[in-house]
Amino acid sequence: MIINHPLLGPRDAAEFTYLGDAKMIHRPDWQADDALAQFTAYGYLRDNPAGPHRELWFHEQGDRSWLVVTRDTTTHEITDVQLARDVARAEGRSK
Amino acid sequence: MSYSGFRVIKEALTGHRGWGPAWRTPEPKSDYDYVIIGGGGHGLATAHYLAKEFGQSRIAVIEKGWIGGGNVGRNTTIIRSNYLLDGNEPFYEFSLKLWEGLEQDLNYNAMVSQRGILNLIHSDAQRDAFTRRGNAMILNGADADLMTTEQIQKRYPFLNVNNARFPIKGGLAQHRGGTVRHDAVAWGYARAADRRGVDIIQNCEVTGFRIENGKCLGVETSRGFIGAKKVAACVAGSSGRLMEKAGMRLPIESHVLQAFVSEGLKPVLPGVITFGAGHFYCSQSDKGGLVFGGDIDGYNSYAQRGNLPVVEDVCEGGMAIFPMLGRVRLLRMWGGIMDMSMDGSPIIDRTHIDGLYFNGGWCYGGFKATPASGFAYAHLLATGRPHETATAYRFDRFEKGRMIDEKGMGNQPNLH
Ligand SMILES: Cc1cc2nc3c(=O)[nH]c(=O)nc-3n(C[C@H](O)[C@H](O)[C@H](O)COP(=O)(O)OP(=O)(O)OC[C@H]3O[C@@H](n4cnc5c(N)ncnc54)[C@H](O)[C@@H]3O)c2cc1C
Repeated sequence: MIINHPLLGPRDAAEFTYLGDAKMIHRPDWQADDALAQFTAYGYLRDNPAGPHRELWFHEQGDRSWLVVTRDTTTHEITDVQLARDVARAEGRSK
Repeated sequence: MSYSGFRVIKEALTGHRGWGPAWRTPEPKSDYDYVIIGGGGHGLATAHYLAKEFGQSRIAVIEKGWIGGGNVGRNTTIIRSNYLLDGNEPFYEFSLKLWEGLEQDLNYNAMVSQRGILNLIHSDAQRDAFTRRGNAMILNGADADLMTTEQIQKRYPFLNVNNARFPIKGGLAQHRGGTVRHDAVAWGYARAADRRGVDIIQNCEVTGFRIENGKCLGVETSRGFIGAKKVAACVAGSSGRLMEKAGMRLPIESHVLQAFVSEGLKPVLPGVITFGAGHFYCSQSDKGGLVFGGDIDGYNSYAQRGNLPVVEDVCEGGMAIFPMLGRVRLLRMWGGIMDMSMDGSPIIDRTHIDGLYFNGGWCYGGFKATPASGFAYAHLLATGRPHETATAYRFDRFEKGRMIDEKGMGNQPNLH
């Protein structure tokens, strides 16, 4: 697989390590009443879809940026790559 | 019809006209006591033990393709019970004992071959860890043997014990481990279950569940609704896709694992050998091909095919310990989709929906578990209580902090 890095251009996926579902960008609120249930779901439960999946890849052997890659899990085709930082900001995370 | 040596001779003398199909092709009935979803090794074993050990009837196994077409027919056929943790080791040892009596139980030649498995040791720290694991195995009634480099060299003279980076400093052997003809396991369980009246329904996909007032009443399938008192999901790599239809999110990611087989060779490799410094394991099939594999690719996938970096990694691992592999030509490679759980251990449990049960999260090690998984699942379905060796395989262990994490990797499926 080739990941089209927004800053560095096409890079071999072997340079990256994989974390998983990009929903992990959003940590639950630790002060919420149901924080235990929310953190259990955050830490352990996954949608695991067959089809398009937004997921976090880390360019470990490159510029060490985190990317949000949209990839079809049934074909491995990559349709979108963005810097995770930009995605997080656009989705309202402060830091 | 029972299979026996006598029968083979009789058929040989009468032109092999007496063999019938090994199982029926029934039409689905409108309802059953038990509907098992997934005709892989685990689903078929569950049906067999439900009928045989727990005296249950009105059982159907529903398979979307053909039985044996999933991971049970794609794996590298290794069986062993060399686990460390209390939640796991008694279960896998129970499984190994069931393998030892399987062919008599099923009246089917599954080619169970206890040729032994050897995990190589490459450092002093690893020897300490393997010694501890061996002791845990012995405490749970399994066999374990810490071998020296000299003993290993004598038995496996082709191993490169003096590799500059990964010298072989010993090994942990389990001589009762070995290999089993994988698809014969599916066929053997299918035939044994069918002979006890289980309906095996192929080419029938479960497309949804009928759930009313928190109770599961049956399954919607490509061949219509089938009612059931108890519905038992058992679809390995498709677990996420299936349980989503019941509104459940699972502690599971689906990942692809590749395996490889070489051209056929004369017997060169007695037993199973695993590399301890990278991920590579190898055995020789009875047809002569070297069967080997390594790491999962490491990203969510339902594609049943992997990518080249893992191929390179596996072959490098192989060359590090078996330099003779360099001359061998690869014949085939393939991938299967595994239900990688958050702690690397499986789940055999009821769900929050009444009458709906779940078996999954087997990662890349579910083949060896097939008999015990079927037995324990049948126990849970028939008695309502978990089998004594499977009490730790609960859904709520993540929330309660009781993970069964053999390698201490944390909640990261691609690290297990
Ligand atoms: C390459 C590879 C190597 C492996 N090597 C080993 C090994 O050496 N040792 C070991 O112990 N384990 C190994 N494993 C793991 C092992 O194969 C699996 O954990 C195990 O086979 C899973 O259980 P199963 O046999 O029931 O799965 P499967 O055979 O996959 O059965 C699941 C079935 O469910 C069916 N299904 C799915 N969705 C539906 C639906 N909606 N409706 C109806 N049916 C459905 C599928 O068609 C499939 O037949 C390996 C796996 C792979 C891929």
